[in-house]
Amino acid sequence: MIEWTGAIVQGVLLGGLYALFAAGLSLIFGVMRLVNIAHGDLIILAAYMGLTTTVMLGVHPFLALLIVMPLMAGLGYALQRGVLNQTLGDDILPPLLVTFGLSVIIQNALLEFYTADPRKLPGGAVETASLDLGGITVGVLPLLTFGIAVAVIAGLQFVFYRTSLGRGFRAVSDNQDIAQLMGLNKAHVFGLAMALALAVVAIAGILLGMRTSFDPAIGGGRLIFGFEAVIIGGLGNLWGTLAGGVILGVAQTLGAKIDPGYQILAGHIAFLIVLAVRPNGLFPRVEH
Amino acid sequence: MSAVVTRSTPASRVAMVLGLVALVVLAAAPWWAGRADMRLMGEIYLYLSLACLWNLMAGYAGLVSVGQQAYVGFGGYMLFALTVFAGLNPVVAILAGGLLAAALSVPIATLIFRLKGAYFAIGTWVVAEVFRLSFAQIQALGGGSGSSLPVAVVKELGAKKAAREANAYWLALGAAVVVLASVYLFLRSRRGLALTAIRDSETAASGLGIDIWRTKLEVYVVTSAFTAIIGGLIFLQKLRISPDAAFSVNDWTAFVIFIVVIGGIGTLEGPIIGTLLFFALREVLADFGTIYLMVLGLVAIVVMLKAPKGVWGLIRERYDLELFPLSYRVKGKE
Repeated sequence: MIEWTGAIVQGVLLGGLYALFAAGLSLIFGVMRLVNIAHGDLIILAAYMGLTTTVMLGVHPFLALLIVMPLMAGLGYALQRGVLNQTLGDDILPPLLVTFGLSVIIQNALLEFYTADPRKLPGGAVETASLDLGGITVGVLPLLTFGIAVAVIAGLQFVFYRTSLGRGFRAVSDNQDIAQLMGLNKAHVFGLAMALALAVVAIAGILLGMRTSFDPAIGGGRLIFGFEAVIIGGLGNLWGTLAGGVILGVAQTLGAKIDPGYQILAGHIAFLIVLAVRPNGLFPRVEH
Repeated sequence: MSAVVTRSTPASRVAMVLGLVALVVLAAAPWWAGRADMRLMGEIYLYLSLACLWNLMAGYAGLVSVGQQAYVGFGGYMLFALTVFAGLNPVVAILAGGLLAAALSVPIATLIFRLKGAYFAIGTWVVAEVFRLSFAQIQALGGGSGSSLPVAVVKELGAKKAAREANAYWLALGAAVVVLASVYLFLRSRRGLALTAIRDSETAASGLGIDIWRTKLEVYVVTSAFTAIIGGLIFLQKLRISPDAAFSVNDWTAFVIFIVVIGGIGTLEGPIIGTLLFFALREVLADFGTIYLMVLGLVAIVVMLKAPKGVWGLIRERYDLELFPLSYRVKGKE
């Protein structure tokens, strides 16, 4: 029994990481209805940027965030204004295919620079440290990841509903043309949204890199996890996304408990079940 | 002065004749081409088929899937399973795989059609991942490391190596012809007209009484079946299958998308041009591996941004050409 409880606790904490994968995806979909197929590859790119920073400067991955986050945010802004803004419109094909092309480019560029060897970020003591919670041993890093996920989502929620930047996000999300008439530059607002999304991606990438080894090919899988968390939780609801990540994480660790081969499969099946029973997700945003 | 409405043009009639001549020449390839060339041409036909099918889904039905590798791999695995365990002839097994894929695609469609636009795309990818992980669990088919087609099964395609290779070549050529002809005839039919209407405006189409969901479902099921058959043929050429190769998103979806986008999405000529360009580019850049893929991604992005109708779209705009007569033209008669 305690083993199963342990698996569930691990799953909940893993869900925090998935919620971080999903938060950026959810944010840009909310603001500009864009689904970024390259999202997973950007997470892996951030992990590699973290690797280069830790190796070159000899700093802890957490400190590397101070460099990787602004870099990713800048990349996001440039990408949005330089390329992705041109794809937005009524037709869904251009954004989909352009981000798909981007995904292939990032993946192969990483392969070219870093080879296919699996790498890992050296987390030091925090990697192996653990706490004993009433018979269940919990790693400090997963616990920290979950805490960061909650903080990031609370932060995004705050930005979205309490700041003028967030007001801009909500305005372009509701009606781009009227927002533009009210003096908002939507190209700039979209750029800022992508910058914020990729700053979150930087956090997700660094935490992923400390938790497991990574290689250039695993981006697609991370995109899928993030996407599943978004859909399970319900589109447009950030706290729902956290819940979706947790459900996905728990399904995976329970699946792994039955047979290691079932870990990922169990997550996908949980997603398909939710899609069959509650196509709008478990906690869809109430339409006003 | 009266007017006539025609579909065919001089260009389309010339293209038809040239196409038939080319078909006869290509069908005779076992007598004039080397083994390596035949293999390459077989691969081209199969990619052309995949591209036509993906184009029908994405370019006409608006179903942008990044998960067609689910059916490619499924068809491949059915070839292995049905020949090894049910003792079927490879060709029969491939066709049966197509039927099974059609049956399987109906419940899958009812589930993933709930997702819209780009979310549909990622949903199809999840389904493909479920296929990959599930087949990796089947130990009888080699689990995660895969298996080879037994020699006895391979011999059913022809006792001698030359005969086998010729048969595999003709199967690939035949499949491409059947796919191209089916898509063409489908688009010219009443249903094709409905599909074109949906492509141009879903709202208007539904206002005219077209059942959008049903039309899309039909397209999804038919393309899935054909894609599985092509998958069977692909792995009949390869003779070896593993979950990672069978359900590869790069090989069976990324390349196919690039082919269609570069050639021209939403046209029948596009996938043909795209396939030829893709293989030409591959022959030139193949030695560069990852660089080649980056160039391909970059070309696709530039085409999507600067010329969303692809190479064929540019040609068509400039010369008003149409090799497959699908649209109607009004001509004045003196």
